[in-house]
Amino acid sequence: MAKPKIATASLAGCFGCHMSVLDIDERILKLIELVDFDKSPIDDIKKFTGRCLVGLIEGGCANEENVHNLKYFRENCDILISVGDCAINGGLPAMRNNIPLKECLDEAYLNGPTVYNPSGKIPSDKEIPLCLDRVYPCHEVVKMDYHLPGCPPSADTIWEALVALLNNKPLDLPYELIKYD
Amino acid sequence: MSDSLQKKIQEICQSSNNDRARMMDIVQSVQKEFGCVSSEAMNLIAKATKSHHVEVESVVSFYSFLSKEQKGKTVIRLCNDTVDRMKGCQEVAKALSSELGVKFGETTSDGKITLEYTPCIGMCDQAPAALINDVVAPNLTAEKVKEIVKNLKKGVDPSKLSLGKGDGNNTDSLIGAAVRNNVLKVGDVIFADNDSGKGLENALALKPEEVIDMIKVAKLRGRGGAGFPTGLKWQFTRSARGEQKFVICNADEGEPGTFKDRVLLTEKFDLLFEGMTIAGYAIGASTGIIYVRGEYAYLLKFLKSKLKERYDQRLLGKNIKGKSGFNFDIRIQMGSGAYICGEESALISSCEGLRGDPKTRPPFPAQRGYLASPTSVNNVETICSVTRILEKGSDWFLSIGSTNSSGTKILSISGYCKRPGVYEYPFGISITDLLNDVGAEDAKAVLVGGPSGQFIGKNEFSRIICYNDLGTGGSIVIFGPKCDLLKAVDEYMEFFVEESCGYCTPCRAGNILLKKKLEEILEGNGESADLDYLQSLGEGIKKTSRCGLGQTSPNPILTTLKNFKPLYEALMKPQEKGMQPTFDIRAALGDAEKAQMRKSVLYKN
Amino acid sequence: MSEKTVIIKIDGIEIKAKAGQTIMQAADEAGVYIPRLCYLKDLTPHGSCRVCTVKVNGRYQTACTEPAVDGMEVENKTQELEGLRRDIIDMLFVEGNHFCMFCEKSGNCDLQAEAYRLGICAPKFPYLFPDRDIDGTHPDIFIDRNRCILCGRCVNASRDVDGKTVFEFVGRGSEKKVAVNADAKLGDTNMALTDKAADVCPVGAIIKKRIGFAIPVGKRTYDQKPIGSEIESKS
Repeated sequence: MAKPKIATASLAGCFGCHMSVLDIDERILKLIELVDFDKSPIDDIKKFTGRCLVGLIEGGCANEENVHNLKYFRENCDILISVGDCAINGGLPAMRNNIPLKECLDEAYLNGPTVYNPSGKIPSDKEIPLCLDRVYPCHEVVKMDYHLPGCPPSADTIWEALVALLNNKPLDLPYELIKYD
Repeated sequence: MSDSLQKKIQEICQSSNNDRARMMDIVQSVQKEFGCVSSEAMNLIAKATKSHHVEVESVVSFYSFLSKEQKGKTVIRLCNDTVDRMKGCQEVAKALSSELGVKFGETTSDGKITLEYTPCIGMCDQAPAALINDVVAPNLTAEKVKEIVKNLKKGVDPSKLSLGKGDGNNTDSLIGAAVRNNVLKVGDVIFADNDSGKGLENALALKPEEVIDMIKVAKLRGRGGAGFPTGLKWQFTRSARGEQKFVICNADEGEPGTFKDRVLLTEKFDLLFEGMTIAGYAIGASTGIIYVRGEYAYLLKFLKSKLKERYDQRLLGKNIKGKSGFNFDIRIQMGSGAYICGEESALISSCEGLRGDPKTRPPFPAQRGYLASPTSVNNVETICSVTRILEKGSDWFLSIGSTNSSGTKILSISGYCKRPGVYEYPFGISITDLLNDVGAEDAKAVLVGGPSGQFIGKNEFSRIICYNDLGTGGSIVIFGPKCDLLKAVDEYMEFFVEESCGYCTPCRAGNILLKKKLEEILEGNGESADLDYLQSLGEGIKKTSRCGLGQTSPNPILTTLKNFKPLYEALMKPQEKGMQPTFDIRAALGDAEKAQMRKSVLYKN
Repeated sequence: MSEKTVIIKIDGIEIKAKAGQTIMQAADEAGVYIPRLCYLKDLTPHGSCRVCTVKVNGRYQTACTEPAVDGMEVENKTQELEGLRRDIIDMLFVEGNHFCMFCEKSGNCDLQAEAYRLGICAPKFPYLFPDRDIDGTHPDIFIDRNRCILCGRCVNASRDVDGKTVFEFVGRGSEKKVAVNADAKLGDTNMALTDKAADVCPVGAIIKKRIGFAIPVGKRTYDQKPIGSEIESKS
């Protein structure tokens, strides 16, 4: 029987949660015995090669590409997990959520004290994804199956979660592993 | 700091003896005089009353008729209650807005007229209606509004506007309102002719305990909605320890769709004053307070003059009716636009010059109420019934009504019906009979007890109004075959969100979340799991809220989920698997597309 | 002279209470923890957060305000009540802007700790992302209203303990907030670092400046043991 597959993505996040995945240290060898990695920045696979059991999502949705990517994961993964506070509540990027987008863009590209922008325009190349009006937690865009809080969640938290899911057991984190920071 | 402001505010504070407990009177006077209670004014009030700036602000910011920001000399408050919306409030709103050239919540550029919405003002039988300062403008149309605005712009005083003709005491020069009483059914207890003064006379011939016994034997229960036995409440208050005791009459009917107290205050004030005096005697209180909702300020001068008449006749004051040692005074406390103050402990807070926050119970008001003294708070209609029980006897009262629900109930009936108005029925009337009387035989739904009560459908119209079946404070709103019931539910949730005092978490935040989910469903983005979500959230709010507001606010949703579930189910559409139907990528991209002046490449429409 | 005692049952277990005590006080002394947020020993119970909702003879009451009466049967740790408490905690999280990852109070925050105790991984309600303000005008104390849960502790402490009335609630409903006793900001009040009101905030809304992040992660109050452990260890 083929090994189950895992995919990962970083949306509007800082890759800290991916670092935490790598922090499982030598347990990664055991993990590789249990699963194959599919689409992920870790192995640089860009497109899903097949159905995945678990998708780990870092970061919330700040722009249209994040939304596109998240939906792509939802379509290809049986279990989708919000990993870290950005995926769960928008995290630091969501600090802009009570400021209108126009004001954010103006501050960043036109009016900010350190801005040098002779064009006087907000960059708008078609290659640059458009920002959303606010940063959305993942579960407000697609249905998410589990949430692993933390900034980032500890390697132990991620390990516990994966082991439970791969063994078809309920995900029941002990007290020490639920942290929001 | 301007000297005139200082002088005037000192004057106002002095006229309330610089008493912090009279803060409501003080800030109301300041608001009336200056069109706001500015930060500077707050400092002056705080100084005069030996309180703090932030405490004054705490009061001012709580009540919707008070404001820190400057308002126009004239404030037009259009009632946007559900019944008013049924009767064309939107067209009136549009006309007001365009004639004045401002949106709701704004003041005209000359600073003279402010336009606002307000929840139910107790005029559902003459909707759509508005308050222009204290003046009631009933039965509005777009045409009438044009005329009104034209005159207001010319500088005509709101009291001089021709708004129509009232009836009964509404035509008294001290009221002079275009309001009609619409008493369409006269019952045996309240609206029937009474032998004025007899009740008090009989009471004074008895011992106070015997008066309480009479009320107990008559099985009188509170008419405000909760239905607590009045005699028992009086007994608790009487036997509670306290040098001073108080009787408070709750005339703050704010439940959307109710307007009976408006009529009782206008026509049956003597029954009320007499009943309060009897209550004072029975309880051992020497002070009574009538808490009148701010919306009924147009009745204030009239009520004060009627109180004065009673003082002149020795029916109030010292040694009443020659009974040595029985002293009783009544004062009127005006509210300032806060539904929560109809809740008895919030009402007491307001009487004390505080924010209208409900108080922690226990202790109950009967033990520790107004100014920490034992206090009995009773509804207007309850107190009017007291006078009649003392006049005609407990047995007479018991012979009216149904088992365990003696006497009559006054209903304010409005909405989809031919004859909206005030109806006094003996307890036990069925909804079917009532619908026949008011001309609404083909009603689809009836909201019994206002939004904090319950929506019932045709299969339950045989139920009766009484404490064992359909209890109600008196608001009956009828919905016709074409009414959009769930839209009304949404409007009522908006009302509760606006009127929550914000003290406790479930009511403050929970109602917002309930409304948000309901809106999503109404927009067609609901899924069947959402109905369980509404149910469980609604039940949770009811269980954990601190006072009656939060304990009933989910009722519009919960009772329609129970009795009109197909309406919700009809809104459910198949949703894309795994996606959140509430997420709208087009809406989420709108701001960026506008700011960056290009369309999305990924999500073309 | 012996004080009158009454016996109440919490989840079927009899405990002794002194006459006049609330259920919360009696439970605390008996080593039974009832979750709470706005309640703080020594301050007048506020009864606003509703986290300590228990069932008393079948009726929902807050343990911090309800007097213990002889023979009372109290339900505390039931699935239903834990569910209601979870909902309330969730509401408080989505109603404000709680960014634990950079909050100085993280690890020592009662709101967070109650959520940990209930095993909450993410709130079930949508975030409201309200627009709230901050006030850094005071030299020693900082207010971040994004984190305020309107528990009233600072209001009560300033009025009843400090005798200053630096804080009071203004507005109503979702507009309700803690205001300061001045035309403008906290810097214009007579608030002092030594005030009780500076010490009582259960979350990171009132913060003393220049002492943040002093305790390393892992050593903070709630890193290892759940909130309430100190009370439960008494039993």
